[in-house]
Amino acid sequence: MDALEGLVRRARAAVVDAADGAALEAVRVHYLGKKGEVTTLLKGLGAMSAAERPAAGQAINQARDEIAAAIEARRVAIGRAELERALAAERIDVTLPGRGERPGGQHPVSRSLERIEAIFRGAGFEVHEGPEIEDDFHNFTALNIPADHPARAMHDTFYFPDGRLLRTHTSPVQIRAMMRQGVPIRLIAPGRVYRCDSDMTHTPMFHQVEGLVVDRGVSFAHLKAVLHEFVERFFERRATLRFRPSYFPFTEPSAEVDVLAESGRWLEILGCGMVHPEVLRTAGVDPEEYTGYAFGMGVERLTMLRYGVDDLRLFFENDLQFLRQFS
Amino acid sequence: MKLPLSWLADWNDAALEPEALAERLTMLGLEVEAVASVGSRIERLVAGRVLERQPHPNADRLSLCRVDVGTGEPLGIVCGARNVRTGALYPVALPGTTLPGGLAIRATRIRGEASAGMLCSARELGLDDDVDGLLELDAEIAPGADASALLALGDAVLDVNLTPNRADCFSVLGIARELAAAGLGTAREPHVAPVPPASAATFPVTVDAPADCPRFLGRVIRGIDPQAPTPRWLQERLRRAGVRPISAAVDVTNYVLLEFGQPLHAYDLTRLRGGIVVRRAQPGEQLALLDGQTITADAGVLVIADASGAIGLAGIMGGAGTAVSAETRDLFLECAWFAPAAVAGRGRRFGLHTDASQRFERGVDPGIQLSAIERATRLILDIAGGEAGPVVTAENAAALPVRAPIRLRRERLARLLGVAVPDADVTRILRALRMTVDAAADGWTVTPPTARFDLEREEDLVEEVARVYGYDRVPDLAGPGALRPAAAGEAPAPHSALAATLLARGWQEAITYSFVPADLDAFFSVTERAGLALANPISGDLAVMRQSLWPGLVQAVAANLNRQQPRVRLFEVGTQFVLDAGGACHEERCVAGVAAGARWPEQWGAVTQPLDFFDVKAEVEALLARAGALGRTAFIPALHPALHPGRAARVLVDGANAGWLGELHPALAAQLEVPPLLLFELSANVATTVAMPAYRAPSVYPAVRRDLAVVVGREVAVAVLLETVRAAAPATLREAFVFDIYTGPQVGTDEKSVAIGLILQDPSRTLTDQDGSAALDAIREALDRRFQARIRQ
Repeated sequence: MDALEGLVRRARAAVVDAADGAALEAVRVHYLGKKGEVTTLLKGLGAMSAAERPAAGQAINQARDEIAAAIEARRVAIGRAELERALAAERIDVTLPGRGERPGGQHPVSRSLERIEAIFRGAGFEVHEGPEIEDDFHNFTALNIPADHPARAMHDTFYFPDGRLLRTHTSPVQIRAMMRQGVPIRLIAPGRVYRCDSDMTHTPMFHQVEGLVVDRGVSFAHLKAVLHEFVERFFERRATLRFRPSYFPFTEPSAEVDVLAESGRWLEILGCGMVHPEVLRTAGVDPEEYTGYAFGMGVERLTMLRYGVDDLRLFFENDLQFLRQFS
Repeated sequence: MKLPLSWLADWNDAALEPEALAERLTMLGLEVEAVASVGSRIERLVAGRVLERQPHPNADRLSLCRVDVGTGEPLGIVCGARNVRTGALYPVALPGTTLPGGLAIRATRIRGEASAGMLCSARELGLDDDVDGLLELDAEIAPGADASALLALGDAVLDVNLTPNRADCFSVLGIARELAAAGLGTAREPHVAPVPPASAATFPVTVDAPADCPRFLGRVIRGIDPQAPTPRWLQERLRRAGVRPISAAVDVTNYVLLEFGQPLHAYDLTRLRGGIVVRRAQPGEQLALLDGQTITADAGVLVIADASGAIGLAGIMGGAGTAVSAETRDLFLECAWFAPAAVAGRGRRFGLHTDASQRFERGVDPGIQLSAIERATRLILDIAGGEAGPVVTAENAAALPVRAPIRLRRERLARLLGVAVPDADVTRILRALRMTVDAAADGWTVTPPTARFDLEREEDLVEEVARVYGYDRVPDLAGPGALRPAAAGEAPAPHSALAATLLARGWQEAITYSFVPADLDAFFSVTERAGLALANPISGDLAVMRQSLWPGLVQAVAANLNRQQPRVRLFEVGTQFVLDAGGACHEERCVAGVAAGARWPEQWGAVTQPLDFFDVKAEVEALLARAGALGRTAFIPALHPALHPGRAARVLVDGANAGWLGELHPALAAQLEVPPLLLFELSANVATTVAMPAYRAPSVYPAVRRDLAVVVGREVAVAVLLETVRAAAPATLREAFVFDIYTGPQVGTDEKSVAIGLILQDPSRTLTDQDGSAALDAIREALDRRFQARIRQ
């Protein structure tokens, strides 16, 4: 029996010494293989007496099981260690930048336009578009600005030789929409507009969003509520507004809207008013039955206030150093 | 309009700080853009008369003056000004005071001589002046008088941005009235005592255009002193109002214009021939104007003429030949009422934008002419002497504007404003605005004053009530009407969806001008027609409506490359203005992009390679996929004047032109001095016609892959090859794609090998090897028939 215990002890030592899978396999073959030491002992059982055989067989089988268990435990340990080594070798620097394209960026004016549209769409306004090359009728006459009207001096207009012009505001879209689909109507009209003016604070092209609501019973009070709501959503803060009497030929009463800045100053942000009865009449709407309000805002101006941009001209220089700040 | 408050105080007694006044005016709709202060009140500043002047014994440039400051004890004052004159009056700063620049005045000795104060220039008092040296006060002022008050130091000037409808506020009087209407002070009425004629002298006036000029007042004033200086106070007011003083007669007409809003004109009587005639110009009639230009008046323009021809553009500007000069002793004063329609727009035709034309085209108060001419006469006589003749009037009363009564309904007022203004407030406000208000069953009947050209209809009165009542007293009110949810169609909003696709793929959005230089537009025009040119461009660089978005984007990309950006990819969504063969201009919304530099941003683990056609084609395909149009798209080789002839494709969707892509033509790149660029443009309309997705159940049976390499002529388009493959394959073909293109020694010099992957799958059974072979056989046969393709083993 001592011999068997010695055998198991030697086998355990050999298992512990096996450094890798191959060495462990050699140990297994040496003890448990077809010609291994334990196997040989088992084969020797046949030569024993019937009385000795059961006890000896049991002892040898137990020794075999012990050795097999030790080998199996060692195999698992070696496998785990090898995997760990392999994983350690595969380590990467996860702080390196991701591969491929860099993110693109939206133009800040588009960004504002998209936000403005989203706010008004949410309030049930439809988005309308119109031509940028307009005729005198839609840009001026239908908006109650007849030829030689002093208000035309407020619009430095680009003309074409045939008398057509680049729209000076998005207001003509009001006229086209009302003439096309009648009233009630609730729309905004974003787009490019043009004025023949270029200096520090004017670019010959800029963007406006026009708004128009015509229905039964629409009042100045409704206009105030909509614009107040809009300004608070656009700037994402509580806003104090000031409606200041002003003049536009196509609205009566008319107002300009100022917002109180954190500096305590009033900043002009848009113009608005009740749609002039002549404008409604020209568009085929009975001003006795329907009333409406309209407003127009400069998108660049709102964008400058929103992001603190202090130079209008940057919007059209398309310098990546500027544009990428809005990505 | 610049409004000195010291002048306003003559006409309205409201006592308000400048800032508060500005705020009130602004909230009445008369926007005050700026408040400027004019000097500040200086204590111990008095008028002093120089009694005697001697050279300073110790200094060449200084003089020693004895100055009477009204105390009976003349002061010795050392003065450095060249223009100091014995007998003249100047402001004297006495010891103990401090000038605006911080200079403290003390009794001192200058180069050994006692000096008990300082004679001051305008600049030293904080005033603007175009004259160097001491500020001379009017001769009749008593020495010792408070010079701060005489000069209205500490005055404020409001810059009022008048809207074109408020002609009635285009004067000191008008603003004074407006303030009174808002409950601030009371306004003085412009009653002017008539100047009794001292002679019977008149000059004949004929009005041949009575509708254009319903009223013309004229008056002869003889024997004025042409050298008489305009008093300092009057000059100062003009200057603060932004008008340069010239001579007594001209200054007075300007003064009355600013005060009453009534333009007047003074002629040199001796230069007038025959009589004044107000008439329309004859075609081609020449007229030399006061500003030095000679214009050719077209027929229809209203002119003032005499026997020699046109001598002035009525209501706009006088002529050079009859203007008053430094020798003029005899005047003819014109004070007319011209109809707005006779003046409006005329000035702009000749590039003239005068104080007179601005007022006449908006409407001058037809009730003010007599007061104005009397006021001007009084001032001229007071300043320059002379004898006035009687006022001669040519009038066509029927053509003068009449303010018709306007009905204002209580219900309409409330409906438009969304708030019910109490009746008492309505009548109080309208009466304060000098309207006649009579109660009616459903509201009021209101007659505006003569000066209010802007009040014609009910809504105008609604605005009057609202702005004086206060827009801030109208509540915010939600509604009306239920929200109508917008339709969410399968077709996305074109620009947002297309732009979002490019943004996600690393493109930067740009916004470029819609007008471009003509030559650049021509280079990029596919039709090679010149674009639509503006009649009045702001510059040659912004002259022609773009027919493509490329010129602007190429300029922007080039500018960024010049600013050391190594890799630029810009896109824009915008309108191009394409001229057709008939000259008609079509506005086409499109998305376009221009890229320069490497395929990828410079980064670790990737070889830097130049961008090529297929990189940009992938972008176009992504856009078409987003638009739901990729399956209906074909790219065909085509020629575009701006693109490399071998590397350009036209994009067809459903067989119709939808865009272009390609490499910038190397010759054009050289001409524009830009590196190789890749360009695309795609009509935004592709995104508005999305096909409804069609459902087919996914197959649960395994797919089979077969690869095929075919050798064909180099000129064979892969798209055509794949089309043939798809047509010949059985219905089980799910996908056919190119995974390699080979040219080289393994094939002939004019050949290429195209490796095609085929994926077959049946919805109802597992495909066998025989199925795969049969498909390959059919495809091979078709390719052989069409392209004489060899199969590469």
